[in-house]
Amino acid sequence: MPPTTATTHCIPQDINAQLCVGLEVHVELATRSKMFTNAPNLAHHHHYDAEPNTLCDPVVLGMPGVLPVINQDAVEKSILVGLALDCQINRFTKWDRKSYFYPDLPKNYQISQYDKPLCFGGSIDIPAHDETDTPSDTTKKIRIIRAHLEEDAGKLLHEAPGGKKIDHSIVDLNRAGTPLLEIVTHPDFTSADQALAFCEMLRNICRFLGVSECVMQRGHIRFEPNINVIIERAGQIHKTPIVEIKNLNSFKALHGAIEYEHVRQVEQWLETGQVMSSGSKSTRGWDDEHGVTTLQREKEDAHDYRYFPDPDLLPVTISDEWLETIQKQMPQLPHDRLRKYVRDYHLPNKQANALIAEREVCYFFEEVVSEGVDPKRSAAMLLNSGAKRANEQNCLISDIGIQPKQIKQIIELLDEDKIGSNAADELFGLCCNSKSDAEQLAQQHGLLQVSDHGALNDYINQVLENPKMTKAVEDIRNGKNQAIGALIGQVMKLSKGQANPKLVTEIIKNKLQS
Amino acid sequence: MAWNPTQTTLVNLRNAIAASQTTSVQIVQQYLDRIERYNPQLNAFTQIFADQALQRAQRIDTGDLAGPLAGIPIAIKDNMCTPYGRTTCSSRILENFAAPYTATAVEKLEAAGAIVLGKTNLDEFAMGSSTEHSAFGTTRNPWSTDHVPGGSSGGSAVAVAADLAPGALGSDTGGSIRQPAALCGVVGLKPTYGRVSRYGLVAFASSLDQIGPFAHTVGDVALLLEVLCGPDPLDSTSVDAPAGPFHANLDQPVDGLRLGLPNQYLSDANHPSVAGAIDEAVEVFRGLGAQIVEVDLPHTEYGIATYYIVATAEASSNLARYDGVRYGRRADDTADMIDLYCRSRSQGFGDEVKRRIMLGTYALSSGYYDAYYLRALKVRRLIKQDFDGAFEKFDAILCPTSTGPAFKIGEKTSNPLAMYLNDIYTATANLAGIPGISIPAGHTKSHNGDPKLPVSIQFLGPLFGEARLLRIARMYEAATNHHLARPELAQAD
Repeated sequence: MPPTTATTHCIPQDINAQLCVGLEVHVELATRSKMFTNAPNLAHHHHYDAEPNTLCDPVVLGMPGVLPVINQDAVEKSILVGLALDCQINRFTKWDRKSYFYPDLPKNYQISQYDKPLCFGGSIDIPAHDETDTPSDTTKKIRIIRAHLEEDAGKLLHEAPGGKKIDHSIVDLNRAGTPLLEIVTHPDFTSADQALAFCEMLRNICRFLGVSECVMQRGHIRFEPNINVIIERAGQIHKTPIVEIKNLNSFKALHGAIEYEHVRQVEQWLETGQVMSSGSKSTRGWDDEHGVTTLQREKEDAHDYRYFPDPDLLPVTISDEWLETIQKQMPQLPHDRLRKYVRDYHLPNKQANALIAEREVCYFFEEVVSEGVDPKRSAAMLLNSGAKRANEQNCLISDIGIQPKQIKQIIELLDEDKIGSNAADELFGLCCNSKSDAEQLAQQHGLLQVSDHGALNDYINQVLENPKMTKAVEDIRNGKNQAIGALIGQVMKLSKGQANPKLVTEIIKNKLQS
Repeated sequence: MAWNPTQTTLVNLRNAIAASQTTSVQIVQQYLDRIERYNPQLNAFTQIFADQALQRAQRIDTGDLAGPLAGIPIAIKDNMCTPYGRTTCSSRILENFAAPYTATAVEKLEAAGAIVLGKTNLDEFAMGSSTEHSAFGTTRNPWSTDHVPGGSSGGSAVAVAADLAPGALGSDTGGSIRQPAALCGVVGLKPTYGRVSRYGLVAFASSLDQIGPFAHTVGDVALLLEVLCGPDPLDSTSVDAPAGPFHANLDQPVDGLRLGLPNQYLSDANHPSVAGAIDEAVEVFRGLGAQIVEVDLPHTEYGIATYYIVATAEASSNLARYDGVRYGRRADDTADMIDLYCRSRSQGFGDEVKRRIMLGTYALSSGYYDAYYLRALKVRRLIKQDFDGAFEKFDAILCPTSTGPAFKIGEKTSNPLAMYLNDIYTATANLAGIPGISIPAGHTKSHNGDPKLPVSIQFLGPLFGEARLLRIARMYEAATNHHLARPELAQAD
């Protein structure tokens, strides 16, 4: 059995085997309607769980005489992604038909973009992989060849819903016509980690821009790496044939497939000596269960898609004004925010990453900071008390109900020693269900610490006079400070947790040690 | 009989109904009677919606529905989707296809009060020039039933020529309105590409297809165009151009009219009757004070080759959707997916459609694309430039619609190239996107048992120049009255 995750131990010592990976990433855009018609879009969260073949209309079904009409929102969302990837935007862009017969493709051609893609020639800096939790300034530039807009196909199913066996195939066209942005990179990746970092970044960008939910399990974002290995042995260079892995829809599969191919291709070269040549490209699939890739198509079939301009659609010209309007919608991107959080706010990488994973959480955090709260304490509170509530309510931290102002108040109460840290968390919870001032809520629920000397003296005197405490009192008098803990515990008990422990300590020390 | 269909026009009927001189029910019934009597020998209609038409006529008469075409019966070429009946394209593969939507052109007619009488025969998927390539039999020319009516909109042309309907819709990809209009002796207009929405018109060649009207007079087609035209959000290639008025100013002659007479259209191959009709038209216009000058359209000779590459390439892609998976004919007992595709399409399509799918697939194939499709697009631009240049000097181009009158049924079916040459004077207008109108220009002489057959001429105009083009055609029509002739139909048993 081949190893599930490849390690270089299979590659002989005298060989330098450099991975060379390019990526095609498909992102389903979450527009309300489909790419070329008004039918609702499966990739929009309102329609995630639609019954099969209910998101259809005559255009989706490819009926006779119907015509496509371009979805402007899909074009704008694609341009946003293109701009985020530093691409140039083609001012003249057009649509072409890509022909092949398959039952999930209603017209038996896909409307795509051949020679005038919407976006081209971009690049993005990915973090050079860093295992530790320290911020790293090392980056690697990944060049983007193009990003073009097309329509997704439907789905062919080989068993009935519920897993029932059938002797034929059935088609679900809900996905057919969903706007699909295909992003193609140069083969700039030299490790699976880099490919993963890029895809994570791209996913964050798409989610941040609100162009796609990028839910992996729903296939909103799918990866197709093109992999080969440049082998150097005894001063000679050998390039293995390129392998394309189809339709990966998890980071784990992407990483696993690339690492697996790294070793497999070297082993195959050692065995057969086969190197890259025209027509040597093959297609493989990823077997998630066994962690291996399996051959799907031996030779890149001389697939003739017979591309030609779609005569039903006019080319789209993108004016300066339109581009400016779209550019204005561009928020600061997650990776730029990450840099700010780590460098300027001094957040640990892990916390910063957790905050930027969701746009709304990120905005919420920044709102709290803009209230004048220390970023580190805001982040800590959101990622502890906040994450706990979000988890309980199964929602985002930004949706748990607490107001940024209340967070500021809680932190002030802490700073003024009016509440303790346990009370702060409890108060945080209360704020999630109330718009009232935090202090008012603390008061109503008896969370404020008693700092009044008279009241504290009463509690302390009661404790000191308690015969069971005699030993502890003696110890403290003799300088054994650790015994104070027992006395404080008793005071807290008497005060029902409201005594300010700092003050109590001070008073006890004053009484017994001065 | 009041308002006898054989002696009236669509505009007259419209006015008579509006003035309550007759009723829509009466008019519709008269046409239905004629369809019942003459359609069996002509095969113009493949579907007739008698009950539905009469019900709508009743609603018009009671004032429920109004509009510029209130109460007027119309025939629709059966490649436009109607939510009733079938939309077959005269193909086995769509024999039972019921569209759940309506073509915008049909919707506009109905919104204007028109009544759809039925759907007319065509060459399968509009591919042909004789209406012989129909899965539902050949349509016959009412002037001589052993002659073809032209095509592909032969059914619509015959419906009007034989007075089975006062007006009809056709579609014109390379001449499919103008050529059958010419061969049947009626007026047929191909509007500018983008003038009429293509939504719901089953595509043959998307960049060339255009819906247009048939009727007996220029005035009738002008009125129909006024209703049909306009931008449509469902068709990105439709254009928001000024919509006439086409009918109101029709009788206003064009001052200082300049007509171009293209050398390339005056070949020796033209039938003497065609050459005679052009000569007569030149005389007529000279008599009206027009300037007529020969014009050079040098790329005309590449028109047919260019047209048959562009049209078949687009068709090969447009017709890919008929695969037996979602609708339409599906072969029985297929072994696997490929077998299902192959047998459904082999059984569903006729020979001419298959021929064009293969030609078009070839033209788009890698290795041939540049030599055929790409080059065709370049020549298409040159043809367009020829016209652009001509229309800087001329208001319109005067030329034949076809090289000759109707030919005999079966005469060209075994020679596809001879059949394709029928489009020689019409296809360039589609490549350039410009409007063209064919109007009756007399008849062949009947001798030695040869029947008397219609001869026509064509006017071509600049993009969106229909208003002026119609006025020019009307000048000729008013001066000649060729449009008044009607065929004598054999009485049914």
